[in-house]
Amino acid sequence: MPVVSDDGHDNWQLTTGDWQLFFMESVLGRYRNLVILVGVLFLQVLGLAMQVKRAGNDAENTRLIRIWVVGAITPFERILVWGQNGTSNIWHNYFYLRGVRAENRELKDQIEQMRLEQVRLSEDAAQARRLQTLVAFKEQFISRTVAAQVIGSSGSDLSRIVYIDKGENAGIRRDMAVMTSDGIVGKVLLVYPSVSQVLLINDQSSGVGALLEKTRLQGVLRGTANGEVALERVMSDEQVPVGETVLTSGGDQIFPKGLPVGTVTKVANGKDLFLNIKIKPAANLSKLEEVLVLVEKQERQATAEEGVHVRAADILAQRLPSVPDKPADATAVPGATKVTAKPGSTGTAPKPAGTTVPAAKNPSGTSTAPDAQGATQPAKSADRPSTGQKNSGTAPSIVPESKPTEPKPDASQSKPVSAQPKPTDSTTPVPAAPRQPATQPPPAESSPQ
Amino acid sequence: MPITYTSNEQVDVYRFSIPVTIGVPLLALFVQAFLPLRFPSFAVYFDLPLLVTIFFAMARRSPVAGLFTGAVIGLAQDMLGHHQIGIYGIAKTVVGYGASSLGVKLDVENAGARFLVTLGFYLVHSAVYFTVAHGLVNMTETWSWGHGILAALANALLSVPLFFLLDKFKQRT
Repeated sequence: MPVVSDDGHDNWQLTTGDWQLFFMESVLGRYRNLVILVGVLFLQVLGLAMQVKRAGNDAENTRLIRIWVVGAITPFERILVWGQNGTSNIWHNYFYLRGVRAENRELKDQIEQMRLEQVRLSEDAAQARRLQTLVAFKEQFISRTVAAQVIGSSGSDLSRIVYIDKGENAGIRRDMAVMTSDGIVGKVLLVYPSVSQVLLINDQSSGVGALLEKTRLQGVLRGTANGEVALERVMSDEQVPVGETVLTSGGDQIFPKGLPVGTVTKVANGKDLFLNIKIKPAANLSKLEEVLVLVEKQERQATAEEGVHVRAADILAQRLPSVPDKPADATAVPGATKVTAKPGSTGTAPKPAGTTVPAAKNPSGTSTAPDAQGATQPAKSADRPSTGQKNSGTAPSIVPESKPTEPKPDASQSKPVSAQPKPTDSTTPVPAAPRQPATQPPPAESSPQ
Repeated sequence: MPITYTSNEQVDVYRFSIPVTIGVPLLALFVQAFLPLRFPSFAVYFDLPLLVTIFFAMARRSPVAGLFTGAVIGLAQDMLGHHQIGIYGIAKTVVGYGASSLGVKLDVENAGARFLVTLGFYLVHSAVYFTVAHGLVNMTETWSWGHGILAALANALLSVPLFFLLDKFKQRT
């Protein structure tokens, strides 16, 4: 703005208002785009800074903002997954039935093997329960899970999360464990009404308490930048074999103890006196389809229950050639009794007391340790003269744990051995008679096969 | 109508209908989130929202429109992840501004130019992302030149057919 000086000349002096006008016209006008860019970037940096300041639970703080995009994207993903599954089910349930019979046979064999294994494990479990009772051990049980379908991901390899099609409406809450039948997957990070966000265990911000199955070394499971899983905080002077199984330790209060995590694939010296242990996750994290969300777990003190269990001999007996049931008025043959029919089991030929059981073999011809163990135990009790029973032949298929083979005194009275089928009673155990191998000839009352 | 440095000819400025403006970025986000479930390496190498940002920015040839397009798409991408909101937003804002500024000055209608522009902007995007992630958010993501260049090439290759497909939605102003 011109100002007249003392000598009569006009001097140009810029007032504050002129400066503002100049700034607006020249800088903002000329660099308008750049100014807007800086403004938009500044706002975003400011937003980031606010989120970083609330570092405790950043995802939860921005839940209301995220729900807009999640709500726009996930319905389409859900529809697409639903369509894919429908098509796949039609194909697998109606058209792709080749080899089902053979597969069924294989599965039945596997079930047999697993039942035998279960007998052995139940003995170990019973022992463990008794020990846990002694130390007042509190254990966690998975009491309820919700099955969910994986419908989407973050779309970025820098944020390893997936979306599942169950949310608050299905009872899912934050920090619940997510797993498959193979092993753990991750934990619930954010919950929306019908969708949940699951943080996978191979994300860098993930952390799971884990232990090595045999060496019982504990560490922390973390994801790496390239999507691998590593076990941290294991001292470098420890010996960790490659191939060892990794389980959850339960220390994170999210995953119950003992769930499979993966196997050790590589062990190397890391930094700060710790080993660098690479883990191959048991669950296929890159191709998840269905998962289970652990919505309820119980913590209770271990009790040595009077549990019932099936003996290996009973399992094995089911594989032997079946003996058809006789009518109730069948002629009694001295020294022979009819075997109590067990649901789902084939009959076994009775055998006089005192005879020992030959080494049990499964159909594959290999001797199974649990069978031998289970078979010799009743043989000893049957040999006891105090029982007075020549042969019960009515070995209960379910035997109380606390009273394995000891007969009741009154039962040991000289009751005639009857050919009538004796009802199985788990409360009055009877000494179990050894089972007859398949190669032995059937007794007189048994009709030939 | 701006004049390019490369051809000294006036280039067209395009606009898009509202359904395309909203639908294409949403579709890109949807595909980006869904395909990794079936093809896990897709998310490692491809960034469809980035390609859409570059396309819209270059077609509109307006830096302000470009930076806002990048900001919105980037923020939406942030919301699908679990990190702080704004990391992708900042990176794509810069890319949107740069692509539209370049679109004003250069003729980016041919396949070769599109390939090179996408290749360059992918690297710019990654550089800004990692700078923000390390400098502001203190994330421990590691930069790999091998992966970066491979992903840039993959995105550049994909951009050529994708941009020709999206050309169908252009409307002259």
